[in-house]
Amino acid sequence: MSKNIKTISNPKIKLEVLTQDDVKKIHEATLQIIEKVGVRFPSKRALEIWAANGADVDYEKKIVRVKPQIIEDAIKKAPPAYKLAARDPQQDLQLDGNHVNLGTDGCGVEILDINTGEKRTSCLQDVRDIARVADATEEVAFHWVSLSAQDTPVESRGLHELKAVWENSTKHVQTESVYNVEEAKAAIEMAAILAGGKGNIRERPMLSLMQCTAPPLGHDGGSLDAALLAAEVGIPTGFMTMAACATTGPITLAGDLAVGNAEVIAGTALLQLAFPGAPVFYAAAQTASDLRNGSYTGGGPEDFLFGAATNILADFYNIPLSMGAFATGAKEPNWQAGLEGGLSSFMASVVMSDMLLGCGFLHGSRIWSFAEMMMDCEIFSIVHKMMQGIVVNEETLAMDAIAAVGPGGHYLGQKHTRKHMRELFMPQFMDRRPYSEWETKKDDARDWALAKARKTLKEHQPDPLDAKISAEFEKIIKSVEKK
Amino acid sequence: MLEELYKEMAQSIIDGDSDISAELAQKAVELKMHPLDAITNGFVVGVTYIGDQFGKGEAFLPELVMAGEAMKAAIAVLEPELLKLGESREMLGRVVLATVEGDIHEIGKTLVGTMLSASGFEVIDLGVDQPADKIIGKALEVNANLIGMSALLTTTMVRQREVIEELDKEGLRPRIKVMVGGAPITKDWVDKIKADGYSEDAIGAVKVAKQLVGKE
Ligand code: B1M
Repeated sequence: MSKNIKTISNPKIKLEVLTQDDVKKIHEATLQIIEKVGVRFPSKRALEIWAANGADVDYEKKIVRVKPQIIEDAIKKAPPAYKLAARDPQQDLQLDGNHVNLGTDGCGVEILDINTGEKRTSCLQDVRDIARVADATEEVAFHWVSLSAQDTPVESRGLHELKAVWENSTKHVQTESVYNVEEAKAAIEMAAILAGGKGNIRERPMLSLMQCTAPPLGHDGGSLDAALLAAEVGIPTGFMTMAACATTGPITLAGDLAVGNAEVIAGTALLQLAFPGAPVFYAAAQTASDLRNGSYTGGGPEDFLFGAATNILADFYNIPLSMGAFATGAKEPNWQAGLEGGLSSFMASVVMSDMLLGCGFLHGSRIWSFAEMMMDCEIFSIVHKMMQGIVVNEETLAMDAIAAVGPGGHYLGQKHTRKHMRELFMPQFMDRRPYSEWETKKDDARDWALAKARKTLKEHQPDPLDAKISAEFEKIIKSVEKK
Repeated sequence: MLEELYKEMAQSIIDGDSDISAELAQKAVELKMHPLDAITNGFVVGVTYIGDQFGKGEAFLPELVMAGEAMKAAIAVLEPELLKLGESREMLGRVVLATVEGDIHEIGKTLVGTMLSASGFEVIDLGVDQPADKIIGKALEVNANLIGMSALLTTTMVRQREVIEELDKEGLRPRIKVMVGGAPITKDWVDKIKADGYSEDAIGAVKVAKQLVGKE
């Protein structure tokens, strides 16, 4: 365990949602899709890389069709494991298949104000506050830039957000809010300053980049160009598919997996063809669409199954995975939010997804809630505990204690109990009080979680970022802002 | 016999079968049926039925979308005949719809388009990533009375304002009304950019559109 970070490792629970044969079928379908149907790459640079590597490129439609061998060879060049560096090296994270690292959710548009509880448009101060609270929790291992700083200029917004997180936390930062060339160049400059030079980024990447694919079977031009710039300098870069059954993907789960896989694998292959060995990751937040209003469900049984299936695919390609979890459609922290957070995080953790996104959001990744964040952290802790499984040995069989207590009596007075009692899970937000106490107070998890966030925000002081670095960041940001 | 044919027409829409609906439309032409009779007494009955079922939560989006496609296929056959008679279908309004420049989120916009067509609007869907001049140019070209803009990113919602400012500059409002929508769009934003209407979902969008064209 790194300093102040709780990650899941050495899992004792296993789950096989896809057999090796299933994986093979999905892989073959994927290669066939990329070869026959093609994938859209609306970026001049990307199309040129494909053409130079023997792909069939339709420049007018910007669709690329690629022979399986080219894809398979390219994917093999991707490193299977690497680390995400943090400002505090003791908080570096291993993406090695044996760690599940929790991140916050990202890029939301509104927030339930921590003081008034009212829903309002997100701003830069919110990004700072969330980073600070996340810095203090041991569950959050890295940040996704949580909200859009809508009080900053559009053209530099993604950079203001990055600066805000680095200034308020020593943990690794991942962004999905940098999706054009200008901002990507500036973000790389910032990462270079933190690493002590552009050449050191590969060794100490304190920034990673997540780009969405554009399902079905496409990519976004700005995202592609940003990803290529990042991959070139060794910033870990991933493509996330959100192919959703019925709208942007086939209605059947296997078909949806194949479409999403084709997007991610084609994008990943592009990065490897351009920069062999660049650190890349698979990212996914596949789900179903609601049949009545088309909304992105971000929960429900299909979503949970995707959570467990995707790491099996990522393992097959031998690259780390960032898996979307906790995305609930609930409008406030309630039954639905708890259910969706619990099952989605469990299913994605049990297969050892390297990165688990993202705590804190309501309403389909749109509204931030500090209470939700804290309760999601507790859910992660519960999953963390469950993944340790049941240890069976002489000590845990407790034969001496059993003999000492005998039939009848109790175990409260046993040394064995005292020795192991702290191994039991101690919830922070579960109500186990007498009914009468609840009746007089009528409070619950939401109140306690919010109170904890408020206290943390008031008290926690993260190690500050060197003022000189802040000033340099400021200069970089100014340089991309319109005069 | 005629009743039978009307029923089959409605059923082809309910089944979302474009081949059959086009075939039946062709049959109507061969039988020298008035195109408006075929549309009103046959095909539209199917659209209304699916719409009602959808409203009750018993039909699903794919059925609605496919009914729309089947309707389009029938209309494609009947419209030229109608023009020959010097007549046209009465539509609630003509809408130019797009996701704004820099934004590739498509589904919400497409659903709004589907609902608008199913409710009797003529919809020209330009697709995603559409710059202001394209949107306005198209609206002028087809003489639209409504522009609909979707934006899902906080970085692209400003484009909605650009289109509105441009329309105002050219003195094109209130002739052309503007409706906006998308994940980050709030009432405040709508007031700020002086859009004529907005909705949080596709069904609401139909209501707003009807109000804006004075058909409610
Ligand atoms: C004209 O009048 C009207 C009236 C009503 C109108 C209307 C117009 N338009 C919509 N409505 C309304 O009616 C519709 C039907 O009920 C509704 O439409 P919606 O579109 O809201 O609803 C649809 C039916 C279903 N909803 C959706 O389809 C959107 C769902 C979410 C999860 C979403 C998706 C699926 C996608 N995304 Co994007 N995406 C998110 C979304 C979060 C969310 N829950 O909204 C959001 C919007 N995305 C976001 C981001 C950041 C991004 N996405 C991106 C890409 C994508 C996908 C391509 C993967 C995919 C879209 C696939 C497609 N082909 O359309 C990238 C954008 C690239 C670009 N240049 O556009 C990228 C930038 C990520 C990246 N770095 O690559 C976030 C924006 C945040 C912000 N602060 O701006 C986001 C809130 C999710 C998040 N928290 O990260 C209403 O809004």
